[in-house]
Amino acid sequence: MPHDHHDDDHPHSLLPPDPALRVRALETLLLRKGLIDPAALDAIIDTYETKIGPQNGARVVARAWADDGFRARLLSDATEVISEMGYYGRQGEHIVAVENTDETHNIVVCTLCSCYPWPLLGIPPSWYKSDAYRARVVREPRRVLADFGLELPAGQAVRVWDSTAEIRYLVIPQKPPGTEGMDEDALMTLVTRDSMIGTGLARVPARAPE
Amino acid sequence: MKEPVFLEPWHAQIFALTVHLSETGVFSWPDWAQGFGAVLAEQGLDKELDGGEDYFLAWVEALERLLTARGLAGAADLARLKSDWEAAYLATPHGQPVRLAQRS
Repeated sequence: MPHDHHDDDHPHSLLPPDPALRVRALETLLLRKGLIDPAALDAIIDTYETKIGPQNGARVVARAWADDGFRARLLSDATEVISEMGYYGRQGEHIVAVENTDETHNIVVCTLCSCYPWPLLGIPPSWYKSDAYRARVVREPRRVLADFGLELPAGQAVRVWDSTAEIRYLVIPQKPPGTEGMDEDALMTLVTRDSMIGTGLARVPARAPE
Repeated sequence: MKEPVFLEPWHAQIFALTVHLSETGVFSWPDWAQGFGAVLAEQGLDKELDGGEDYFLAWVEALERLLTARGLAGAADLARLKSDWEAAYLATPHGQPVRLAQRS
């Protein structure tokens, strides 16, 4: 239902859209039953709007690129390594890191709903939640990747990981060429959100002027 | 360029409400994901969901159903509160905080 148009000189407050009123009704009911704490709700929104986002995942990937020991631990027990870095999963889910190689490109989906490694990537983008992506990526991953502008070599297999409420996946993209000697902070800037879902690659650093 | 995390305030509110209720143990996250997945599957049958507004509408529906199924929210209570909020918005002058009138 489109929002009604309201003139600026309307005498009363703008009526929120129908689902917003349903949410207010739910909140009011739960508050009266003592089931929710409004301060906790505000804290959750603030955390997701300002503190959690793909920069967390980018930090993890950059460290894995820069430090082989860290990379090995991440691949064997990502949940523990990531918790140590303070990126704790709110739903108690397990995080599994999957590494792209010349042989295999990994891509993540949630065919059930939109399970996603929130502590590392924040809230998923709309396309991740769309029926089109969720249905097609399992069936024809290469065509979905092509829609993202990503053409993989024929010899590189594509592996699709279906997230669940219990297990979320983080793709470790391949370290781009031209990154020798870059430190973790510099490497972080090359790690895009899409590269950690598998619908993109890490950025190649701009060439220094000769 | 950074996309906004939540496009509408109510998207943020329903998200936070769900995370909070799972954290306080009212339901488990897998239970939520199952119910939400079922609503998404049901609503995706007749049209393609685009992951935006439709997605959060399904989210609201799923949370209402989950709480109703657990006896924590009745459909009649929710409908009454919703119309109370609507009345409060319509009765509050623009620019004033909107508050729910207490029913006597």
